[in-house]
Amino acid sequence: MPKRTDLRSILVIGSGPIIIGQACEFDYSGTQACKALKEEGYRIILVNSNPATIMTDPEFADRTYIEPLTPEVVERIIEREKPDAILPTVGGQTGINLAMALHENGALQRHNVELIGANYEAIKTAEDRQLFKECMARIGSECARSGYAGSLAEAEQFASEIGYPLVIRPSFTLGGQGGGIAYNIEELRAIVSRGLDLSPVHRVLVEESVIGWKEFELEVMRDKADNVIIVCSIENFDPMGVHTGDSITVAPQQTLTNSEYQAMRDEAKRIIRAIGVETGGSNIQFAVDPKTGRRLVIEMNPRVSRSSALASKATGFPIAKFAAKLAAGYTLDEIPNDITKKTPASFEPTLDYVVVKIPRFAFEKFRNTDPLLSFSMQSVGEAMAIGRTFNEALQKGLRSLEIGVAGLETRHTPPERMEKMLRTPTPERIFAIGDAFRAGMSVSEVYELTAVDPWFLRQMREIIAIEKSIAGINDAKALLHWKRNGFSDRQIANLTGRTERDVRDARHSLGIRPVYKRVDTCAAEFEATTPYLYSTYETENEAEPTSRRKVIILGSGPNRIGQGIEFDTCCVHASFALRGIGFETIMVNCNPETVSTDYDTSDRLYFEPLTLEDVLEIVDLEKPEGVIVQFGGQTPLKLANALAAAGVPMWGTSVDSIDIAEDRERFGALVKKHDILVPEHGIATSEAEAFRVAQKIGYPVVVRPSYVLGGRAMAVVYDETAMREYIGYAVEAAPGHPILVDRFLEDAIELDVDAISDGNDVVIAGVMQHIEEAGIHSGDSTCVIPPYIITQRDQDRIRRRTVELAKALKVVGLMNVQYAILKNELYVLEVNPRASRTIPYVSKATGVPFAKVAARVMAGESLQSQGITSEPRVEGYFVKAPVFPFNRFPKEDTILGPEMKSTGEVMGSSPTFGEAYAKALLGAQVKLPLGGCAFISVNDNDKRQVVIDLARELRNLGFSLIATAGTREFLTGNGIEVGLVAKVHESRPNVVDRMINREVSLIINTPLGRSAHYDDTYIRKTALQLGITCLTTLSATTACVEAIRVLREGVSTIAALQEQHAS
Amino acid sequence: MFGPFRHGYNPRPMPPALLVLEDGTVYRGTSFGATADTIGEVVFNTSLTGYQEIATDPSYRFQIVVMTYPHIGNYGVENIVQQSDAPQVAGFVVRDAIEEPSNLHAEASLSAYFAATNISAIQGIDTRALTRRIRNEGAMRGMITTRADRPIDDIVAEIRNAPSMSGLDLVQRVSTSSKYDFNENAAGAKRRIAVYDFGVKRDILRQLTRQNCDVTVFPAQTDPRTILDAKFDGVLLSNGPGDPEPVTYAQENIRKLIGQIPLFGICLGHQLLGLALGGRTYKLKFGHRGGNHPVKDLRSGRVEITAQNHGFSVDPDSLSENDVEYTHINLNDQTLEGFRHRREPVVAVQYHPEAAPGPHDSFYLFDDFMRMIEEWRVSRD
Repeated sequence: MPKRTDLRSILVIGSGPIIIGQACEFDYSGTQACKALKEEGYRIILVNSNPATIMTDPEFADRTYIEPLTPEVVERIIEREKPDAILPTVGGQTGINLAMALHENGALQRHNVELIGANYEAIKTAEDRQLFKECMARIGSECARSGYAGSLAEAEQFASEIGYPLVIRPSFTLGGQGGGIAYNIEELRAIVSRGLDLSPVHRVLVEESVIGWKEFELEVMRDKADNVIIVCSIENFDPMGVHTGDSITVAPQQTLTNSEYQAMRDEAKRIIRAIGVETGGSNIQFAVDPKTGRRLVIEMNPRVSRSSALASKATGFPIAKFAAKLAAGYTLDEIPNDITKKTPASFEPTLDYVVVKIPRFAFEKFRNTDPLLSFSMQSVGEAMAIGRTFNEALQKGLRSLEIGVAGLETRHTPPERMEKMLRTPTPERIFAIGDAFRAGMSVSEVYELTAVDPWFLRQMREIIAIEKSIAGINDAKALLHWKRNGFSDRQIANLTGRTERDVRDARHSLGIRPVYKRVDTCAAEFEATTPYLYSTYETENEAEPTSRRKVIILGSGPNRIGQGIEFDTCCVHASFALRGIGFETIMVNCNPETVSTDYDTSDRLYFEPLTLEDVLEIVDLEKPEGVIVQFGGQTPLKLANALAAAGVPMWGTSVDSIDIAEDRERFGALVKKHDILVPEHGIATSEAEAFRVAQKIGYPVVVRPSYVLGGRAMAVVYDETAMREYIGYAVEAAPGHPILVDRFLEDAIELDVDAISDGNDVVIAGVMQHIEEAGIHSGDSTCVIPPYIITQRDQDRIRRRTVELAKALKVVGLMNVQYAILKNELYVLEVNPRASRTIPYVSKATGVPFAKVAARVMAGESLQSQGITSEPRVEGYFVKAPVFPFNRFPKEDTILGPEMKSTGEVMGSSPTFGEAYAKALLGAQVKLPLGGCAFISVNDNDKRQVVIDLARELRNLGFSLIATAGTREFLTGNGIEVGLVAKVHESRPNVVDRMINREVSLIINTPLGRSAHYDDTYIRKTALQLGITCLTTLSATTACVEAIRVLREGVSTIAALQEQHAS
Repeated sequence: MFGPFRHGYNPRPMPPALLVLEDGTVYRGTSFGATADTIGEVVFNTSLTGYQEIATDPSYRFQIVVMTYPHIGNYGVENIVQQSDAPQVAGFVVRDAIEEPSNLHAEASLSAYFAATNISAIQGIDTRALTRRIRNEGAMRGMITTRADRPIDDIVAEIRNAPSMSGLDLVQRVSTSSKYDFNENAAGAKRRIAVYDFGVKRDILRQLTRQNCDVTVFPAQTDPRTILDAKFDGVLLSNGPGDPEPVTYAQENIRKLIGQIPLFGICLGHQLLGLALGGRTYKLKFGHRGGNHPVKDLRSGRVEITAQNHGFSVDPDSLSENDVEYTHINLNDQTLEGFRHRREPVVAVQYHPEAAPGPHDSFYLFDDFMRMIEEWRVSRD
C-alpha cells in the first residue's frame, strides 16, 4: 500500500519535559517520526514544550512550536496551521492524553483533523481499565482478577471471591501511596481502611496478587494490511511487583520455552487486533506464574514507549521511525530494513547477543523516601549494555551506571541484613544477590527470598564463582575467561590489589583485547551496512575502522538528576556539525533512551560503558584525530585527565583549564589574580573547624563535601545545630573529604551566562536571570533570557567578566559562568569550561545552535569564519522553567535548595515577560489559580514593600487573602484587608484545615532559616498532596502574579521557532 | 524416554573440542553432550527458541547445527516437543550451553539429553564469526572432535572424504520403515490423510490431528496405488532432509498422484512436487534456517513470519506458469516459497506452516488444505 496522498500536513505531538517515566526516549521517537514523515514530503508541524530536545531543532519540522502542551494551545496551533492529521503516538502518555482531550472537547472534529497511528476508540480501550478487561475477556485473554471497592464490606466480598494474597491500591493517591499486600483478612481490613481514607475518591482497587510472577513484555507492530510482527521480547529480571521502568530487564526473553513464547506471541497478535491499533507499535506486558505457567495480560500501551525505545536499541529495528511510516499508510514489507538495506521491515529481528537494561535511581536526593521499588516508577535514567552472554552484559551494564561500581562488586551486605535486602526490591538488591552467593547461599535460598528466576541467579552465581577464582593477572587463559564474563579491568584490579593500569598493561601484553560485533537485526544472516557496535571478547572483529578523518564524541551515560537530555542534545549537535564538515563522527554512549544512541545520528555508534577502559579500547582501535569530552556533562569530563595522560588527543579546552576550574585552590589563585569577587569561603576538615569557618564567614553558609558533583549533599545551613546535623550527613556522602564552606548570598539575584570561545575571540551566547533568589541550584531555577530587571551596568559587568574568564582559562568551545549580584556587588559562584545544561535552551531562544558552533570551533574553525561575532539579539522573552518529580516522592519537602531535584524543563516565550512566564508554568503543568483565597505567610526579611505590592495586586485580581498573625499584622498595617488564619500548632481550624477544605487556592510561604523550613514543611507537603500552588520566594511570587494576570485573559501569542528566528 | 539424567548442578569437566570446517578453519571450544567425532554439513539457525524441536527435526539429518543465539538450553528439554523420537542432527554448536534449565516444563538439561542420545556438541566458540563465515563462503562440511591434538590436515582430509549433501538421498535414512497410524485425539475423525514420510516432523501430524484428521504415515517408497486404493481424502508430502533431486522414486510416485487426490507439500515435499511438475531445484548458498523469515502470500498481500529449514530451493523459472501459480515468495531474497497447480488440487510451501519451532502465522495453510479437500470432494460428487 503506498503512502497516503490525502494527507499533506501532519502535527506531531512531543512529550514535553523530562519527567520520571517519560524521558529522552520520546525525543528519540519524536525525532525519528519527524524525520521519517518529512522525508515522505509531508509538511510537519511539531509541538513540544521542551527546548532541550533534538526534535525541536528547527530543521526537523516545517513549523516548530515550543509551546505548552495544553488542549487550548494545541487547538490554537491547529487553527493556525490546519494540519490534516495528528500523530499522537510518539509523544508518550502526554501525546496520548492531549489527543484524547482534543477529541473529547470536539477540537478534532471542529477542525477536521484525523488521528493517525491509533484512533480514539483504540486508545480508550487500551487505557481504560474496565474496557480493557472486557476486551481481553472477549478474546479469551486473562487479566488479573480485580475490582474496585468503596467500602470494607465490598473489599471483603472480593477477597472471598478472589482469594489471598491481594494487592490493594487506593485510587488517585500521589505516587501510589497507601497501597499494600494483604495475606489475610486482618491485613486486608487494615490496608483497605487506610486506603479508603487516603483516596480522595474513597475507592481502592483490590486485585489478585501476581507479585513474584515472571514479567515479560512484547513490542508489537501492526500495519494497515494487518501484518503483525513482534520486534522484541523482553524479560524482567525483577519479578512482578516492581514497575518495569524500575526493573532490570533483559532482551530477548530467556526462560520461556518455544511453545510458551509462541503462545504469548499469538496472544499479543490477538490483543493488538482486538484493541484496534491499526498501525504502529504497541507494548504488551504479561505475567507468567512460574509454578503453573498460567499467563495473564497486565497492560497494553497503544503507542511507542520507553520499552519500544529500548527494543529499538536492543535490536537495531527503529520502531518509532517505522511506526510513523505505517501511520502514513505504508505496510511493513514496503519499508526496507535500515541495517541490511536489502531485506524488508516485515520480519522479526533476531539477536545473537544479550541486552541488559539497568535503571538508575536518585534516592540520594530524596532522603525522606525509602528506596523501595514498587508499582510506581521512581528511576530517573537507565543504562543498557550488550554482551554475548548475560554475565557480560550485566557487568557492563552495572559499570555503565556510574554509581561507583566496576561490575557486580560486593557491597558487603551484613549477614543480619541479608534476608531483608533480598526480600525487599531496592536498587541495591542486585548487589545483595551477589553478596548472598559470596556468603555461600544457594540459588534456591536466594530464589525463595527474591523470586528472581533461577536462570538469572545461576548466571550471577557463576560470576561470583569466577570472582572467587581471580588471583594474579598474568595467566592469559584465566584473564580471557574473566573478560568474557564481563569483568572490567578495574574490577580485576580491585580483586587482585593492583591498579587498573596494571591490569590493562598485563592484558595488553597478553594480547587480550575486545573485539567489536555489529547489531544487525538478523544474527549475521545478512550483511550489516550500519556500524552499530558493541564490545565483547571473541575471535572476530567486525569494527572495520575507516581511514577517514574522524572524531570521537563521548556521551553522557544514563540520565540522572543534573545530567540529562540537555547534554545528549549537545553531543548530537556536535556529531551533526562535524559530520557536516566532513568528519566521520563516532559516538560512544550507553543510554538507550537517547537520540545520540540512534545508529542514524553518527557515522559510527559504539554502545559501550563510558569508563576509561572501554573508551581507551575504542580510541586505540579507531585512532581518531580528537576526542570530545565537553558535551556530555560530568561523565566524559571525569575521564579527561586519564585520557589525556594516556596520550589520547583531546579537543577543546585543555584538561589543565578544566582542572583549574574544578580545583578550588587553583581557581582561588585565578580569581585573585584577576581580582574577581567570590563569596567568602573556607575549608573544614573537622566539625570544630567547620564551626570556626562558618563563624568567621557568618551564617547562613552553603556547605558541601569537596569532590561531589551536581550539588550532591549541598545545603544551606543557618546555625550551629543545623551544621552539626549536616556534618553527619556529609561524612556519609563523601567520607574522608573536607567540607567546603561558602558564604550564602541570601536574597541575591543569580545569573547564568553561557559563552563560546575559539581561543581568540569570546562571544556571549546568552545571559539568563534566575527568577528565584540565589541558593537554589541553577538547574532548579526558573530563568529568563534576556534579563528583565538587571541594570545595563550590571549586564555589562557580567559580559566583561565572562570574556575575561574565558580568556584566562583559554577556553576553546563552551563555558558557563554563574554569577550573583548582592548589594551592587558581582560575585562569581562557579565556572564550568564545558557545555552547560542551558545550552539547548539558549540555542532555542537565540536561534544559534551553540553546541554545533562549539564543535566546529574545536575542529579548528574560528568563530569569525562561522559568522559568530557578537551576542545574538533576543526578541521578546524566553523563560525556562524546571519540572520536579515530587509527585513520585510524596514524603519529600518541595522546598528548593542547592541540591538539584528537577528532572526536566520547559520553555515559554512571548513578547512580554508575564506571558512567557505564564506559558513556561503552563508547560511545566504548574496550575496557577486564577482566583480564590491566597494564604500569605512570609518571613521577617520579606516583610517589605514588595509583599504589600503583591498583596494589593492579588486583591485587584479578585483574590481574598488570609495570613498568619505576623504577616497579617504587617499587611493590615499597610492598609490591606487580610483575614487571619491559625498556624497548625496554634489552634483549629488552622491553615491546613482550610487547605483540606479546599478553601485555599494559592500559598505564598517564604521560610527563612532552617528551622522555619522544618516548621512549614507540613504546609508544603499538604499543598503538594492537594495540588495547591505553593510559592516559596517573593521573586517567584511576583512573576506568578504577572502570570496569573496573563492567564486570566488567556494566552494570546503563539509562534513557531521558524517565525521567531526568521531573520 | 530420555533415559537416566543428571539433575542438579554437577557438570562433569568436559574435554576441549574443535569444530573444523572443510576449508581448514578451526574453532576451539569445549565439548558438551557426547564426545565422539561427528561430521556433517555446518548450517546455522537464527531461532531464539526451539533448540529441541530443531535438534529432533529429521530434516537436519547429517547437519551440524549452529545456533546463533548465544545461550542455548535455558529452559531444558521436554518430551512433548520432540519432532521425532530422538535428535537427528549430526552435531550442535552453541556459544554457551546452559547446564541447569529453568522452566517448570524442563525434564532434563540439554547437555544431559545430548549425552544420553549420543549427540556430540561444542560450546564456547565464536558462533557469530562462524555464522558469518558460512554466510560469506556458503555451507561447508565440518567436524566436531574432542581429539584436539590431531593434526588439522588429517581432520580436513577426513571431512573432505565424507559425502556431500548434493546428490545424496537422505530420505531413505529417515523415513519410517513401515506404515503407522497417528491418531492422537481424533475421536470420530472427519477425514483420513496419508502422509508420505520423507522425514516428517511430528507437529505436521499434530496439525492434521487438530484438523480432525486420522493420519496414516507411509514409508517414502510406498507405491501410490496403495494410497489411492485406501481412499484417503488427501495426501501430505512431508518435509525431509537433503537434496530432493536424487529422491527420484518420490518424484515418480508424486507424479502419479497429481490430479488423483489433493496434495499438500511441505518443504522437501514442496521441492519434490516442483520436480514432479517438471521443475528444477538448486542449492542455496547457505539456506534458510530460522523463525523470522517474511513470506508474502501473493494472493492476499499479507506477510507471514515463517519457520524455515531448507538448503535447496525450487527454481521458479523452471516451472511452467501455465500449470503453476506462484503463491508465496520470500521477501528477504525473493526465492519461491509456495505454489499451487492451476488445475489440479496441488498446493505446496517451502517453509514450515506447522512451526515447531517458530511463529504460528501459517497454521491457516492446514485449513486451506482441508478446504481444498472439501472442494475436490464436492467437485467429484
